[in-house]
Amino acid sequence: MSLHPLFIELLQVALLIALAPAFAGWVKIVKCRLQGRTSPGILQPYRDIRRLFIKDVVLAQNASWIFRFTPYLIFGVTVLAGGIIPLISTDLPLADTADIIALVMLFVIIRFFTALAGMDIGTAFGGMGSSREMMVSALAEPAMLMAVFTVSLASSSTSLTRMVVVMSQGEFVIRPSLAFALMAFILVALAETGRIPVDNPDTHLELTMIHEAMILEYSGQHLALMEWAGMMKLTLFFALGIAAFVPWGIAAGGQPLALLMGAVLLILKLLLGGVIMVLIETGLAKMRIFRVPEYLGSAFLLATLGMIAFFILE
Amino acid sequence: MSHSLVVQLNLLLAALILLSSFALLMQRRMFAILHIFAWQGFFLGVSTAIIGYASGVHHLYLSALLTLAMKVLLLPYILYKLILKLKIRREIENMVNVPATMMIGIALVIFSYHLTEPIRQLSVLMTRATLAVALATVMLGMLMMVTRSHAVSQIIGFLAMENGLFFAATSATYGMPMVVELGVALDLLIVAFIFGIFFFHINTTFDSLDVDQMAKLKETD
Amino acid sequence: MTALDITGFSILLLLGGAIACPLLARRERLLIPVAFTLAALASGGVILSGFLTLSQGLNSAATIPLGLPGLPFNVRLDPLAGFFLVVIGLVSLFVSIYSIGYVRGYLGQRPVTPLVAFYLLFLAGMLLVIVADDAYLFLVAWELMAAASYFLVMFEDERAENRRAAFLYLLVAHVGALAILLAFGVMAGVATGYERFDGYTFDAMRGAHLSPGWSTAAFFLAFFGFAAKAGVIPLHVWLPEAHPAAPSNVSALMSGAMLKTSIYGMIRVGFDLLGEFPWWWGGIVLIFGLLSAVLGVLYALMQHDLKRLLAYHSVENIGIILIGLGLSMIFTSFHFPALAALALVAALYHTLNHALFKGLLFMGAGAVIQATGERNMEEMGGLIHPLPWTSALFLVGCVSISGLPPFNGFVSEWLTFQAFLLSPALPQPLLRLLFPLGAALLALTGALAATCFVKAFGVTFLGAQRGHRKVEHVREVGPAMRLGMTLAAVSCLALGVLPTYAVGLLDRIPRQLMGGHIGAVAGRFGWLWLTPASAERASYSGPLVFCVISAVVAVTYLLLHVRGASIRRAPLWDCGFEKITPRMQYTATAFAMPIRRVLGFLFDIREQVELISPVNHPVMADHIRYRLRIRDRIWGWLYAPQAKAAFWIARQVGRLQQGRIQIYLLYSFVTLIVLLAFLG
Repeated sequence: MSLHPLFIELLQVALLIALAPAFAGWVKIVKCRLQGRTSPGILQPYRDIRRLFIKDVVLAQNASWIFRFTPYLIFGVTVLAGGIIPLISTDLPLADTADIIALVMLFVIIRFFTALAGMDIGTAFGGMGSSREMMVSALAEPAMLMAVFTVSLASSSTSLTRMVVVMSQGEFVIRPSLAFALMAFILVALAETGRIPVDNPDTHLELTMIHEAMILEYSGQHLALMEWAGMMKLTLFFALGIAAFVPWGIAAGGQPLALLMGAVLLILKLLLGGVIMVLIETGLAKMRIFRVPEYLGSAFLLATLGMIAFFILE
Repeated sequence: MSHSLVVQLNLLLAALILLSSFALLMQRRMFAILHIFAWQGFFLGVSTAIIGYASGVHHLYLSALLTLAMKVLLLPYILYKLILKLKIRREIENMVNVPATMMIGIALVIFSYHLTEPIRQLSVLMTRATLAVALATVMLGMLMMVTRSHAVSQIIGFLAMENGLFFAATSATYGMPMVVELGVALDLLIVAFIFGIFFFHINTTFDSLDVDQMAKLKETD
Repeated sequence: MTALDITGFSILLLLGGAIACPLLARRERLLIPVAFTLAALASGGVILSGFLTLSQGLNSAATIPLGLPGLPFNVRLDPLAGFFLVVIGLVSLFVSIYSIGYVRGYLGQRPVTPLVAFYLLFLAGMLLVIVADDAYLFLVAWELMAAASYFLVMFEDERAENRRAAFLYLLVAHVGALAILLAFGVMAGVATGYERFDGYTFDAMRGAHLSPGWSTAAFFLAFFGFAAKAGVIPLHVWLPEAHPAAPSNVSALMSGAMLKTSIYGMIRVGFDLLGEFPWWWGGIVLIFGLLSAVLGVLYALMQHDLKRLLAYHSVENIGIILIGLGLSMIFTSFHFPALAALALVAALYHTLNHALFKGLLFMGAGAVIQATGERNMEEMGGLIHPLPWTSALFLVGCVSISGLPPFNGFVSEWLTFQAFLLSPALPQPLLRLLFPLGAALLALTGALAATCFVKAFGVTFLGAQRGHRKVEHVREVGPAMRLGMTLAAVSCLALGVLPTYAVGLLDRIPRQLMGGHIGAVAGRFGWLWLTPASAERASYSGPLVFCVISAVVAVTYLLLHVRGASIRRAPLWDCGFEKITPRMQYTATAFAMPIRRVLGFLFDIREQVELISPVNHPVMADHIRYRLRIRDRIWGWLYAPQAKAAFWIARQVGRLQQGRIQIYLLYSFVTLIVLLAFLG
């Protein structure tokens, strides 16, 4: 008895929307433990979002329709991305909607409109956040593309489901190219999701904000949507890494048991991934903004080495 | 261990050697450079041992042991003592334009890949694919010597070149004759001692080991 | 009525209209709608004939007995020409509708009859270039195009910078035309062995067998000439001068349509007339494409004049088109027709997309400039409130050019990436390694373009009004302008959401040129999915992306607004500072500063900060003076030395003019003696 692909799709999207705040909560818990503090609990992000939904929206007087529209658009695009990346199964009708390059461009839509919203109000914070964010993303794009391309070489396809199928069902081969691509992907993912060492997600000091500066003016349900979308984006980047590099466990069809296994394995991988990310974050300090090009340059270098290693060594 | 697994392990180690060459190019701190160099020696030694196992050329085990002893233990230790004695503990040097150096490094890797193409097609050894990596390591070592301004980093660059040559020997012909190996090892030790003496001299003359200071030796202006 | 007849009729309509313009010179208020409606009708006809040619794969030719005796004009309408007719026709249709409202803004300031007449001539020239089937008509039409656009660029000729820009444009255009003439000369000469005159037809050139040396010479001469007209680096210097100088509807047409005629010329000469070529031709085209793309977008990022920014983006997009062309040439030379077809389709799709969204952007810029009277972005801001339509349509253009789904820019960039990622198929290992690096540069270009358009849109339309001048009385532009822009925006969305139709139509061209095609594969899963190489390799569904995003946005909005929560308006958050002014916002220069720091080594940048403090206080400043000068290095390296050399040669030759009669008599005397000596 196999579930209908449409149902699997909805299940996956619902899982993403429901569990993303829990993942953010888990990251917070591990971070607090490592820093010797008491954590607020894994349900705190849910409480935060609920609190924001209840509050009124306060808009600046000169905010335009772009400012009001952006949170909905961001949420919609993130949900679409969640429908494309195979989280628990590869049998998704939406999976062929976009390959990995199109997926990267979907994330660019999010950045584009968030940057526009940052500039909409007309304060210095917003412009600063937008300007820095666009610089970081402009330099991260080549590194991301190279890492993606290196991964796609092994399966000679840029479709994520195909990559998962080839990796998980093919024979096990040690591929140095994938190891390099994984390192590059981790570096780029830290930059794109706005974590240390590129950006500090907990700060509101203007010298250190990038992402927070762009959404500084949002309040109420708009802020709730932006925060939720941010948590989903973090989860999705992890899921993308898992699908590309460690996809074993993702169900190939729609059997309920396989789906359950897939979900359990996904949660386990996310928990482990969260711990690793927090270790990196706690171990490093945030870089000054003009060191970020060097950082992204080394990510590009690693990805290129991976690509070269594929052609030379494999 | 199946044959293909051995080859895969070898390729993985080659990739790690290449990665360590790039890391040497980019790293600024003295002790970190020493550590990376030690790791490179370690990967090289393990790779030699694996090739020795798979190809049945048993003197490669001795070479591997020699490499591990010299390049992982002895040479880094000598240099570490040198750094401590000359009181250049945590010196962080200015480097010429890191991104440009990386791009040149990538170009050198591609160039060495292109150069070794005909050999790769003719060779029947299982290690033929790693020859490009070996040549690239030599060139990256030379690049490190060119772009650095501190004497200790330049030494490491020279030693990295030697690593590359050794790796090329094992990739192309399953190692050099034992006599040659021993001779090279002895030469390296002597080089380390001679450099130590020179460092003392340079340090006393210029009060620093920044080789850019040697520009003061110019006759004309 | 065949497609060729419709095209001929449209061109005649335009030429007739241009000649008849002076008749209505007294009634300019009537002239504008009549003339531009004529242009729109002609464009519609041309779109129809091009579409018919493409969809049915026609290939019709005719000979027109004009021209010199024994050298009649030949015209041909094949799928390649048909496609470019559609491109030019679409852009000119939208721009002509737009011009009905735009040109009215010039009434009363100066006579507009020249603008109208030369506009029609310009359009006719471009269409004639596309259908020309011999070198003679091609070059005549090319000159017509160049001359008409020169007068259009010179329209506001009381300003010295406009005159200078037009002169520079004419200079570069003529250097290019000379190179094209030489290229055709080489091909025609070898075709007939320098014996007869009839080698000038393209048919003769197609049949000629050129030695590798001559064909290389012909191709690179033609490439140089067309690159000069297309604005490829380093021959791009006229673009950022000429586009801002011209009226905005002309800029839209120049950027959207005229640059495409050069691409047409390159494809025609490279693939059609020359046919066989080694892979390194494609390599050189690819390298110039990558250079133009990266440098173009970097120059664009540094600009704060809205139209100069858009002009540099044209350089970038022409670079992207050349990337696709170069890839296609490389794949063709290695005999991979299917892969070459993919790359060519990517390049052609980008041609169409660029025409549409660049036309839209220039039209929007023109609307903004006409509404505010200001061209400098640093003086604008907050225009989204008085100009809602213009800003929304300009946003569509910005999103399209940044290559974001579900609009059209994304599809062509995606196809180009897919073509790059096919590199493992190549036999040459060096190329296999270098292609992905090219793809990384393309990704960098796309990301920098997105940055640039966040800046352009954000600084112009969002925030509050920057700058010192009061920009009052800003009103939304008229219905004709809005209609032109809306049509362009809708077509951008349509081409992004329904790419399979366009790819199916485009597919005829590679079939004609190189025998490969991707149509069978591209639409295999139906019209919903675009699968250029194979379904397992990659797929994209424009309609689904659009529908899913819209559905989720709608559902979320409805769920949240059912509650009826109120939205309060409040002043800006100023951290309790209370003295926040619009001057504290990020300006265009400030926005580009991080990129300027990181990648600025490619330019000649001089920054100077001066603190002026009263009474020589070391810390408190009265005001700060900031000077920033960014210069294009290519001027200094390439153009300045040549200009100096040209002037030096001219000065030396000028020594011949001494002014004294005895010297001139001496010249005649010496010539007489020399002639007698040699001929006696």
